[in-house]
Amino acid sequence: MRERPLRLPASWLPSVKVTMASMVLALLVGALLILVSDRQVIESFRYFFSYPWDAFRHSGEAIGESYKALVSGSVGSWSAITATLERAAPLICAGLAVTLAFRAGLFNIGAQGQLIVGAVCAGYVGFHYELPPVVHVLAALLAALVGGALWGGIIGVLKARTGAHEVITTIMLNYVAAALLTYLLTKESFQQPGSNNPRSEKVDAAATFPSILGVHSGIVLAVLAAVGVWWLLERSTVGFELRAVGANADASRTAGMSVANVYTLAMVVAGLLAGLAGAQQVLGHQDSLTASFGGSIGFDAITVALLGRATPLGTVLAGLLFGALSTGGLAMQAGAASTPLALTQVLQALIVLFVAAPALVKAVFRFRESDGGGAVMAKGWNS
Amino acid sequence: MSTATDERSPGSTATVRDPAEVQRRVKISVTLLLVSAVIFYFWWTIDDKQVFYLLSGERMRDTVPGQISTHPVTLTCGILVLVAAAAAALGLLRRGAVTLVSMIIVGTAFLLCFVVWAYSDLDVAFKPWITNPLPGTFAVATPLVLGALAGCLCERAGVINVAIEGQFLAGAFFASVAASLTYSAGAGLLGGIVAGIGISAMLALFSIRYLVNQVVLGVVLVVFAQGLTNFLLDQIPNDATIKAYLNEPPKLQDVAIPGLSDIPLIGEAMFNQTILVYIMYISVVFVTFVMFETRWGLRVRAVGEHPLAADTVGIKVRRIRWQAVLLAGVFAGLGGAYYTVGSTGSFDKNASSGNGFIALAAVIMGRWHPLWATFAALFFGLMSSLRNQLSLVDKIPSELLTMTPYLATVIAVAGFVGRVRPPAADGEPYVKS
Repeated sequence: MRERPLRLPASWLPSVKVTMASMVLALLVGALLILVSDRQVIESFRYFFSYPWDAFRHSGEAIGESYKALVSGSVGSWSAITATLERAAPLICAGLAVTLAFRAGLFNIGAQGQLIVGAVCAGYVGFHYELPPVVHVLAALLAALVGGALWGGIIGVLKARTGAHEVITTIMLNYVAAALLTYLLTKESFQQPGSNNPRSEKVDAAATFPSILGVHSGIVLAVLAAVGVWWLLERSTVGFELRAVGANADASRTAGMSVANVYTLAMVVAGLLAGLAGAQQVLGHQDSLTASFGGSIGFDAITVALLGRATPLGTVLAGLLFGALSTGGLAMQAGAASTPLALTQVLQALIVLFVAAPALVKAVFRFRESDGGGAVMAKGWNS
Repeated sequence: MSTATDERSPGSTATVRDPAEVQRRVKISVTLLLVSAVIFYFWWTIDDKQVFYLLSGERMRDTVPGQISTHPVTLTCGILVLVAAAAAALGLLRRGAVTLVSMIIVGTAFLLCFVVWAYSDLDVAFKPWITNPLPGTFAVATPLVLGALAGCLCERAGVINVAIEGQFLAGAFFASVAASLTYSAGAGLLGGIVAGIGISAMLALFSIRYLVNQVVLGVVLVVFAQGLTNFLLDQIPNDATIKAYLNEPPKLQDVAIPGLSDIPLIGEAMFNQTILVYIMYISVVFVTFVMFETRWGLRVRAVGEHPLAADTVGIKVRRIRWQAVLLAGVFAGLGGAYYTVGSTGSFDKNASSGNGFIALAAVIMGRWHPLWATFAALFFGLMSSLRNQLSLVDKIPSELLTMTPYLATVIAVAGFVGRVRPPAADGEPYVKS
């Protein structure tokens, strides 16, 4: 392994520079897409050569309005900020699930499934039992953590015992979890009484997260989880073994570490984190389980983790950014320019792409070659 | 130490007392005993004397179906599996062709009994008949096979391709647009190919030129393709006249190959399909041949295993990788085209619904070999086809049945495929020093 240079305090600056430049670049490409999607702009480009000013004016307006809506919809007001934070919290937790597995050399595509199982457990405890206020929310949370950890643990055990590739098993177990959810939603014990809809009862008020200034405390849990993951990775013996296995499994085995145990443990903890994300989806507000409550959080989490360069702090920041983009995207769709929501998806992809390709960004902005921002983990399947 | 790591035991001679070999024997025979127990449970609980099947043609009023006598068939299958269990316990089933064939026999016997059980004792007036699962198998598997071929090509050249799903989506969308514009399904295939190559070009550019981590890149390209196709789909106005030009493509028609399509059991399934399915057959042969019998294929494998060595003997590593990734785009794009012009017609959001990831799983399950990856995709197709069929029968809740192909894949991977070894330089960009 290449030895890592000691990180100097100032070394984060260039990498922030590259990240900022990537966002600018992504927004520029996004602007082009906005132009293509705006009828007025297209109309005015028809007579571009006789009266070019119109085209420029309409283009400016379309881009300006869209991005203004994006910003004001995500951080423009307190209610926008709360929405962003609540959106970011599960993204951060699920992102941490991917991050942690990544550091152990495992590609966890299964955050979605672990999240679903966690949420099902949390929801069931949340609406099926009646417990005193504080106990109830803790019990539901615990159920989510256990459920997620079990689902993740299956992957780890299979990988450790039989060598089944985690990419296959996580993909497949995502589908299994989704099918399990739809099955459970046909059962009477899950459905709302007197209803045949595939929608569960709402969780008890006692089982929901307490709110602070209008934000449910999920975001606090997410930050705590990030700190926990940081401690685990950087300060504990287990974390050292985990990173060692991620860097070179054969060498770690030779050094006497149990690679099988590390894989299992990494996936258990990853599942636990994803389960936490699931709990936030149902317990954050008094929500009920539906077939699509999870959205695509588990998949967005992969991009979040990658943008965060598989570090806890990076994952938190990336989760906040993605949370802001998705709430802002809704505002943008509802706004004057009615830019489609799908644009934010393109923006997310482009940001991660450019961040991961520092050479390209440096070439475009003519940064010096020595400026930081190297790519994330170099290796792929071999673990 | 884990048990899995030291399974490479010398099990070639008969007088082995190696604990790992003994453990393997015990594992297999216990599994087989369990399977036979399930089959005997079926035999015990089935009340109906026979179930009906119809393997080809339509069900008409005067069609006479075939009959399966439930008890003899399940009993025979159970005994067969029991024999296999005994053989495994005695150490007769060693690695190699014999094991493979006996596993296939056991698997088929189990599936047969399962289907018989599912169709028997139904409390309905109009008894359903067992139909041939193979046509459905090929329908589901066609895009998966094409996607898996694309994955094999990329990864054998040392470029991880997680973006198959992205290529599917782009291929599906642009196939639909191209076919609608020209009113020709064939042009749709071309559109799919172009879009697949487009995503491939991004994959190649960023991984080979800009050295981006390829797993990251693949995931990003999937998100990008999702976003782009959704965005463009939103741009198509809901006006019916305009929509007809952009997203209402003609579909590919079934073409029966004379002679071959009359073969019982498989003829209808394999040789009365759309042109895309035939392209799939040819592609499998083509990719396998090119990869293992040509100079270019040898170079592809060389740059995927040891790029430095390849470079030393004068192979242009980056150029070969570019070629392989672009060629892969052709197959993935065709696979994507299946989801519009090949089956449903117009493009919906997330038309390929995650099947690109299943194709990726098939690549890994097939150990990065085009033929094995094809079989993995067909296995998944068979499971999906059986699932679709059984969901029409009210024996098992259809929501639970939904998960069977995925569970079956997990079991197959954990039980039989086990540890796989990717191409040595898979995912490592090559920088000339």
